[in-house]
Amino acid sequence: MAKGFVAITVERCKGCGFCVEFCPTHVLALSSAFNSKGYHAPHVVAGEKCSGCDLCGMYCPDFAIFGARYAR
Amino acid sequence: MNQVTLEIPYEIPVDAHNPVEPFLRMDRMPHIWCPGCGIGTTVNCFTRALLDSKANLDKVAVVSGIGCTGRVAGYANLDSFHTTHGRALPFATGLKLANPELQVVVYSGDGDLFAIGGNHFIHAARRNMDLKVICVNNLTYAMTGGQTAPTTPDHVISATSPYGVFEPSFNLVALAEAAGASYVARWTTYHVKQLSRSMEEVLSKKGFCFIEVLSPCPTLYQRRNKMGDGLDAMKFYKQVSKIRHGAPTSECALTKSGEIVVGKFVDRDRPDYLELLRGQMTESLGDRYAEPEVSCSC
Repeated sequence: MAKGFVAITVERCKGCGFCVEFCPTHVLALSSAFNSKGYHAPHVVAGEKCSGCDLCGMYCPDFAIFGARYAR
Repeated sequence: MNQVTLEIPYEIPVDAHNPVEPFLRMDRMPHIWCPGCGIGTTVNCFTRALLDSKANLDKVAVVSGIGCTGRVAGYANLDSFHTTHGRALPFATGLKLANPELQVVVYSGDGDLFAIGGNHFIHAARRNMDLKVICVNNLTYAMTGGQTAPTTPDHVISATSPYGVFEPSFNLVALAEAAGASYVARWTTYHVKQLSRSMEEVLSKKGFCFIEVLSPCPTLYQRRNKMGDGLDAMKFYKQVSKIRHGAPTSECALTKSGEIVVGKFVDRDRPDYLELLRGQMTESLGDRYAEPEVSCSC
């Protein structure tokens, strides 16, 4: 069971890849799908590893992703 | 904008929201910054610092000048002012003097603070005005097309220096220390946690505080110099930056591809402008000196 989750607002993403590169547990990868502006947004490839640290949210320059821990 | 998620193998609580959203005017999103630009990352750090410092948001004002970073004032859902070019500091000085209760944050770029407003910067630092200055340094004039700025390092190709920059550039942290700032730090957009902690620290510090944040400019600075995109710049920061707290600022000059010294360089206590003003007035006028009353409709 994952400790946390990430939520992605695909339409706001500009595909810079900061979240994919700096995710400490390698939860994300850039998707091959396009959003309506033509950018490749990230998608979750290893959701069970997410610790909900929100580092992706701190890096995202477009405010398009954030992570949080599940309430216990 | 609705939250659209792809192939999520687990549940997202319905009440989950991005912690940065309450601090932004979401109707203005998406913003105009280029893909890979680091200004948004610094805004994230600033909002986390505001959250962690538990500052009263009615008493925080953001003042910006002109430029890419100047747009922050337009996006921040606080009392924010987008002022004329280079005049963010004089405007903020007036704001602080008229309403000393306010926590005034000047959020601007290197061109605005050090080229067009360079004179205001040194004098605000000399007076030790109680302002928190966050300077996003992308080493060029980005909004106008990538011309040589006072911070552009040697040998860099820019719109106005096709054979490379030959002028010596400003070392912003040394300039801030020499002019008299109380707090001087430098981080890059790679150091998000440290930057956010530094911003939190200055929100509770009195006096003129200066934080320089190096940020990628993939469209204008890096493209001309074949330095890749925003992500390449972030990897470069990760590779070459060294944290040296308390390092002598004169040794922290930036070069095109050399080491980037980051950290907190100066943290000292000097009496700020308002304290000196009150001291002088009380000494000269005694009981006749009364603090002007601030009436605020908020």
